[in-house]
Amino acid sequence: MVEMNLNRRQFLKLSGATAATLAIVELGFNEKKAYAKTKEFKIAKATVTPTICCYCGVGCGILVHTKNNTVVYTEGDPDNPINEGKLCSKGTTLRQLYTSEKRLTKPLYRAPGSNKWEEKDWDWMLDTIAKRTKETRDSSFVEMENGITVNKTEKIASLGGAALDNEETYLLSKLMRGLGVVYLEHQARI
Amino acid sequence: MQHTDCALIIGANPAENHPISFRWLTKAKESGGKIISVDPRYTRTSAQADVYASLRSGTDIPFIGGMIKYALENNLIHKEYVVNYTNASFIVKEGYDFNDGLFSGYDEAKRVYDKTKWAIESTPDGKPVTDPTLTHPRSVFQLMKKHYSRYDIDTVTTVTGTPKDDYLKVCKTFCETAKVGKAGTIMYAMGTTQHTVGSQNVRIYAILQLLLGNIGLPGGGINAMRGESNVQGSTDFGLLFDNLTGYLGVPKATVPEHVTLKGFLEKETPKTGYWSNKPKFVVSLLKAWYGANATAANEFGYQFLPKGNKNYSHINLFKAMYNGELDGAFLFGTNPVVGGPNAGKEKEALGKLKWLVAIDLWETETSAFWQKEAGSNPANINTEVFLLPASASFEKEGSVSNSSRWMQYRWKAIESRGEARPDLDIIHELALKLKKMYANSPKSADKPFLAMDWNYGDGEEPNIDLVCKEINGYDLKTGKLIAGFGALLDDGTTSSGNWIYSGFYPEEGKNKSKNRDNKDLGGEHYLNWSFAWPMNRRILYNRASADPSGQPWSKEKAVIWWDAGQKKWVGKDVPDFKAVTAPTEPGGTGAFMMNKDGVALLFAPTLNDGPFPEHYEPFESPVPNAFNSQQLNPAAVIIEGDFNKKGDKKKYPIVATTYRVSEHWQSGSMTRNQEWLSELAGHMFVEMSEELANEKGIKNKDQIIVSSARGRIKAYAMVTKRFKPVIVNGKKIHEIGMPWHYGYKGFATGDTANRLTPHIGDANTMIPEFKAFLCDVRRAD
Repeated sequence: MVEMNLNRRQFLKLSGATAATLAIVELGFNEKKAYAKTKEFKIAKATVTPTICCYCGVGCGILVHTKNNTVVYTEGDPDNPINEGKLCSKGTTLRQLYTSEKRLTKPLYRAPGSNKWEEKDWDWMLDTIAKRTKETRDSSFVEMENGITVNKTEKIASLGGAALDNEETYLLSKLMRGLGVVYLEHQARI
Repeated sequence: MQHTDCALIIGANPAENHPISFRWLTKAKESGGKIISVDPRYTRTSAQADVYASLRSGTDIPFIGGMIKYALENNLIHKEYVVNYTNASFIVKEGYDFNDGLFSGYDEAKRVYDKTKWAIESTPDGKPVTDPTLTHPRSVFQLMKKHYSRYDIDTVTTVTGTPKDDYLKVCKTFCETAKVGKAGTIMYAMGTTQHTVGSQNVRIYAILQLLLGNIGLPGGGINAMRGESNVQGSTDFGLLFDNLTGYLGVPKATVPEHVTLKGFLEKETPKTGYWSNKPKFVVSLLKAWYGANATAANEFGYQFLPKGNKNYSHINLFKAMYNGELDGAFLFGTNPVVGGPNAGKEKEALGKLKWLVAIDLWETETSAFWQKEAGSNPANINTEVFLLPASASFEKEGSVSNSSRWMQYRWKAIESRGEARPDLDIIHELALKLKKMYANSPKSADKPFLAMDWNYGDGEEPNIDLVCKEINGYDLKTGKLIAGFGALLDDGTTSSGNWIYSGFYPEEGKNKSKNRDNKDLGGEHYLNWSFAWPMNRRILYNRASADPSGQPWSKEKAVIWWDAGQKKWVGKDVPDFKAVTAPTEPGGTGAFMMNKDGVALLFAPTLNDGPFPEHYEPFESPVPNAFNSQQLNPAAVIIEGDFNKKGDKKKYPIVATTYRVSEHWQSGSMTRNQEWLSELAGHMFVEMSEELANEKGIKNKDQIIVSSARGRIKAYAMVTKRFKPVIVNGKKIHEIGMPWHYGYKGFATGDTANRLTPHIGDANTMIPEFKAFLCDVRRAD
């Protein structure tokens, strides 16, 4: 369950147990009425969740409107002091990250020498990845080097993660180092 | 930023790439602040600037070095700040020398310096010897003055190609911020760092800012404009080979002292300054990772950590892959076949892997590197590829840290598209599966992995709240969350997964990254909106906003001050200082408490390529170095051979740089897979001056070929007035620029600019030199 301390937008009332989702029907727009009307069709009875933009490092707030299991609208979060409701072209089109027909929706596998992807289930994929990781780690693990305990593998690399959440980067950093991975990098350099 | 009196924007184009940050600069402008844009290209930022100055890519050090000389000569420095808050008064030991581009201690065969030759003289009790009058010939101040005396305006503008009038306007406008009550900021991005002298570029900005007394004040500082939503956080959390979480470094097999925890801590912990607490942070991290398996008897599990013996950064990682030294790789939302340097080689390297796991929202040029449309023959590529669909940022929950270190929580708005899953779940389930496979193994090699604590609930989905709490840390005696890193200990009774974040979750139910109270408590710091590490401080080094006696330098720029009645530091921000240390107490003026002597370093004997920034030309440059006889940074590592071909200036006489456009993001995988953004910026183009276009018979929108020693690409010509040839030492030098977003996947496709860029890195960070390389241009037909 999500807890938030909403203070200023008193017109946005938290509704019981679904604290993060704000009932948009309660919005009282004071803006131009016609604009509000056209918007209303799209987002009437939608739920709103605050998020932070996934692109650059400025950290703008965005409100995601969802209805009928899809994202119907996104807009700048007026409460967020960083952007006060304003967004750039990328932040504005956040919705299409959800709706794009190009989104990957299934795990895909490419066998050695093959010229195509095959759909596989998650379990098979993660089991096989774990197997490969173990095989490589076990065959390359170095416990001692010149009389020093080094506990590492130089045959596995992990790259990327600058778009992950902090909690994800933490677990990734921990898991990879736990396995002895030393080729550990992300996009800070590129 | 809205409080700045002058923003010097160099190596960045925030109006285009960080548009919402720029909104605050326009607010500064409304209150009389000035904007200076320094860029090889007249950008959207330049269009909003009061002063624009062009420079040739790769000449930041001459540009700023000349400003340092200008400030010193015209007495436009904040002297009291410099004397008290920097190491200007420190005496450098005899033996330090600088001669024709080389500092003392250079080993030509190894291309490394012996940094002990740059030491500071110290008293018998380990304190630096100082001369507060700044007149001693070996004082940092005098050595600095001598060093930059060579950076006279004529030589500088000859090298940078900047029109002299424009240059003087920049010097005059920015150095006005030396006045008490004024603050100037420097904003930079990858245009600064992606050079063989990238670290020294940032260093020289810092030197200028310290001389002007601009660090620690509202509207001051040097601001890195980060390009990814959480590149701050992922760096904080140690996703780089050379740092554990919280910048604690890593144990290395090459450092004899690192063989034990005791040795590591003794070697890496300074005796003074805040880092003297390092053992508490390291031991608390080991407790977070190894739990009950970390005991005093086994060095708290220190030996479980891997010890590398070399530099494992991006370029070297791909070199190892290219040479067939790696078997497997995980790629978390990254697309090096578009975004990596010398991208053609990075693509080839992937084919040498036995297995590749890509976790992404899209099929990228990287995960599809084996396909025919990538120019590969699938039958010849034996790499097994696993492509896992990842959730978008609003399909999961968790926090990200922005450029100002604000850790903001994002809530889940919707179930993931299709079968996509959050990276957190993927990492967690993989860890659980591996734990199961290794369970009960008697092998000593498997002990480090089995010893690692992994307790985030039983289900396939980890309990993110438990992850958050582990990061914050616990008092292990009481089992309660720890209030902050000040309470961490080195005896194994506390834990913290990342000490710099410790305090964001000080008690049950209070994850402060979820704070959403946007009432301003003064200074527009919004202390109850999210959490800023460390300990919710919004302006780092804010002790420097007050004078040595503890009073603000000026009313306009007041942040914190010493309240003698309450006997503590008070103000609008959380003090970045020990809150009860009076200005008169020992260390009471040490505004830069992370440094061992409490002062900022004008002279930095810690960098690989010299204690003062010095100009060297890029790896590929059309001109000889006018400042000394070293053409390239003497400490830059050169990779020779097929992996990094070097272009000759006769064959490739044109300087090239890369940049971004507002509609696309990084390698474009996030934006070229969307309809609207693809339509807005649909084609790969190369921007050039009218003069170059005329010389080459190229018209706007013509198809052209750009080639470098590494590869060639086809693109549309965009002929503009935004690039102008620069005159360098009487010679006309052309520069072109191109976006690096494009590849063959997605809606908007185009050739990849990085097929042209070299595999050479900065001498300290190995950040590749994307921003200055040589090429040639011709019409495609």
